Amino acid sequence: MSLLSIRNMKTDIGQYAVLHDISFEVPEGGVFVLLGRNGAGKTTTLRSIMGLWTPSPGSVQFRGEDISALHTAEIARKGIAYVPENMGIFGTLTVDENLILATSNGRFDPARLARIHALFPALERFRDKQAWSLSGGQKQMLSVARAIIEPRALILIDEPTKGLAPAIVDAMAEAFREIAQTTTILLVEQNFAFAKSLGRDMAVIDDGRVAHTGTMADFVADTTLQHRLLSLSL
Amino acid sequence: MTARTATLSTYWDRAGGVNLLPVAVALIAFLLIGAPSSWITLTVAGLAMGMMLFLMASGLSLVFGLMDVLNFGHSAFVSFGAFISAAVLAGLGGWLAADSWVLNASALAAAYLAAICFGLIAGWFFETVIIKPVYRDHLRQILITIGAMIVAEQTILAFWGGTPFSVARPHFLEGSWIIGDVSIEIYRAFAFALGAGVFVLLYVGLNRTRIGLLIRAGVEDREMVEALGFRVDRLFIGVFMLGSALAALGGAMWAGYETLITPHMGADLMIVVFIVVIIGGLGSIEGTLLGALLVGLMSNYVGFLAPKLALASNMILMVAILLWRPNGLRPAVK
Amino acid sequence: MITSDTRHTTGTLVIKSVVALIAALLLFAPFLFQDVRSLEVAARICIFIVLVASFDLLIGYTGIVSFAHTMFFGFGAYGAAILLKQMGPGWTPVLLGALAGVAVSLVFAVAIGLLSLRVKAIFFAMITLAAASVVLVLASQLSQITGGEDGIIYKSPDLFKTATKLLTDADGKVVRLWDVKLNGKLAAYYFVFITSLILFLAMLRFVGSPFGTVLKAIRENEARAEAIGYRVVAYRTAVFCLSATIASLAGTVYAVWLKYTGPDTALSFSIMIDILLMVVIGGMGTMWGAVIGAVLLILAQYYLRDLMGAASEALTGVPLLPELLAPDRWLFWLGIIFILLVYFFPRGIAGTMMTGRKGA
Repeated sequence: MSLLSIRNMKTDIGQYAVLHDISFEVPEGGVFVLLGRNGAGKTTTLRSIMGLWTPSPGSVQFRGEDISALHTAEIARKGIAYVPENMGIFGTLTVDENLILATSNGRFDPARLARIHALFPALERFRDKQAWSLSGGQKQMLSVARAIIEPRALILIDEPTKGLAPAIVDAMAEAFREIAQTTTILLVEQNFAFAKSLGRDMAVIDDGRVAHTGTMADFVADTTLQHRLLSLSL
Repeated sequence: MTARTATLSTYWDRAGGVNLLPVAVALIAFLLIGAPSSWITLTVAGLAMGMMLFLMASGLSLVFGLMDVLNFGHSAFVSFGAFISAAVLAGLGGWLAADSWVLNASALAAAYLAAICFGLIAGWFFETVIIKPVYRDHLRQILITIGAMIVAEQTILAFWGGTPFSVARPHFLEGSWIIGDVSIEIYRAFAFALGAGVFVLLYVGLNRTRIGLLIRAGVEDREMVEALGFRVDRLFIGVFMLGSALAALGGAMWAGYETLITPHMGADLMIVVFIVVIIGGLGSIEGTLLGALLVGLMSNYVGFLAPKLALASNMILMVAILLWRPNGLRPAVK
Repeated sequence: MITSDTRHTTGTLVIKSVVALIAALLLFAPFLFQDVRSLEVAARICIFIVLVASFDLLIGYTGIVSFAHTMFFGFGAYGAAILLKQMGPGWTPVLLGALAGVAVSLVFAVAIGLLSLRVKAIFFAMITLAAASVVLVLASQLSQITGGEDGIIYKSPDLFKTATKLLTDADGKVVRLWDVKLNGKLAAYYFVFITSLILFLAMLRFVGSPFGTVLKAIRENEARAEAIGYRVVAYRTAVFCLSATIASLAGTVYAVWLKYTGPDTALSFSIMIDILLMVVIGGMGTMWGAVIGAVLLILAQYYLRDLMGAASEALTGVPLLPELLAPDRWLFWLGIIFILLVYFFPRGIAGTMMTGRKGA
């Protein structure tokens, strides 16, 4: 059984239908990559899974349970974390306050905190700084750290490399590989090089529909398909 | 040139930044007024007024920050707080007249508690019945809360009539302290102290507790707090009730300050409260306090220097600050 | 959101025939209802239709709420009043007053629009409220110019004097048409009626123009309209200015009709509440709703209070009910009706009828 299964998901925002028919299966473990052009519906897919938009009833199964009608907070409590495109950092809170907010009981588990500080040393150095003063890369690290401060089964990450310097992108890839050993990641990414270095399975979304699903290895080998679906200029 | 501006701005921030504005206003007023004794009296009055305005405005500001809800009916809590506390004080006339400090203070405490309890209950009712159906729809929010304000004001008129209602004060808050040629009204000092106490409690609550952390985070990004697993809508009911209770307490204190109240007092104060919230920046209690003190001081100084301009001065202050900082002095989100 | 769909359904026909009937009644009002109070009511209805419709341009077609509408109404009224008082009766002070009122209104509208619409639409409601209350206080304080709380009493142009004879018969007496004297009072009423009609038709024309279409697009989806390339702030400020101009002109007409201008007739917050009630009850974003709302509320103001007074007396002895039914408490009931309408029929009477039941 897959960890997350999306079946014929449709989502309207206001009076506009944004997602028409989205179906894919995210197996347990590793990184699942969602690709697609700008405006294809990738972010809306993540937001619908998270309950921030309302998906069509019955379309989202998490560990075999229908979560499509749950409140966002309840979906989070089922073990799904969300790292949005804008990172969702609380700027007036300190780095530690951002992290402690994400714990379920208001206390750090020392082992998990140590693991986070080992992955992202900057978060230890600036723990008492207000988050708005961090650099873009550090904010991204904080956002990811917040998603793993509690044990989670699935993390939805939306374009984590956007606007980051190449060195930081490499560090981020390293961190994701480490996280993926214990937690499944559903990654939306425009940076194809980054995505193909991480992904095991993948799906391509185009105009609110799933245009292709398969393994990353097959997709990387098929350049015609890449050009047709992504119009990538590599 | 740029370097010099940068140092200046760092220096300004280190010295306290926008927090210095009330001090600056007080200093300028000192020069214009000339007489130190009048200046002290006015400053105390301004600070007392500022603290009461803070109580009335803080709930409005947090409620907007957390859920993007603008409650035009907020003034109803202020009016009801004033009338309920005045009615309790009138009912406890015996305690107030008694020659016992304890009984006097108990009567006042009972009046304030009645106002606060009313605020909590009415706040809960208001949030669940009036506001919840129109979350995220500003137009209908404004209309419905205006409708609620009309109904509330008419209800006060039906209960207490349209004639001004006089408010009893406990004996120990009457009169003034005279130090040299300076006279300080005791009630004003009391109002300031009580308001400052509430601010400190709120500040500690927001900055040192987990619920406070959730509220501050929710003001910045409600969706993200929900995505971390917390029901902001349930938190919001609590904040709304607290804000209503504070407004009712502010109204109760205002009633004692004015000693004569009319059913329109809430609507009249609402204008000032809006100016406070806009100046301070929506969503932060520090900003609200700053705005309230500025407006309180400004009203009293201008009321003394050029009485006819008192209300207009607040408007001018608001326009000037909006031109300088379009989101207010200390908005919650950076 | 509130949408106005002007397909010719039965509801649309009903609303339009009701409006036509109202227009006909207003046109023949002096002949149909031959007492002073009824003519007073008819003139007030004419002016409020324009005032409410101009408010509808803003709230119904852009979705933003202003509390400064009476302020603009007041600028127009005080402009004419002050000049009529200073310069004596005549047409020049009326015209100059109208111009001055419009000019001041435009200055305020542009300043408020640029200051608040740029930042956050929600600030707009608060800032207009603050501005309007400051103007109200100023008007009552600057008593040398405005007459303070007492207001200003003055004479309207000679043509509108009750003693003026429009037509005389052989004996030099005023001619009667269906028993109605053709005197200055009649001329004054038709001045109010015709100017109101012209202003209302101009607004209808505006709403149907390409500009009105853009407004509807902004109202339906602000982000999309912005994305298509419409400068939302500029459009909103422009509508705010137009709405302020018309409100100001309506104020001038009202000042000429009443021969008195004071805070209670031209500036008070209760007029603002009346306007809000009228536009919401009638139906936002339809123009026709303004007509229906204004007629209903003004009739209620004048005649419902008598009914409530009778009911209140009949219930003497019952606790609280007599107080709530007292004629002065009519706003209590309107407030409750208003809240229920916003919940269940946000399109108001006209909007609900015209779009049928489907999307209420």
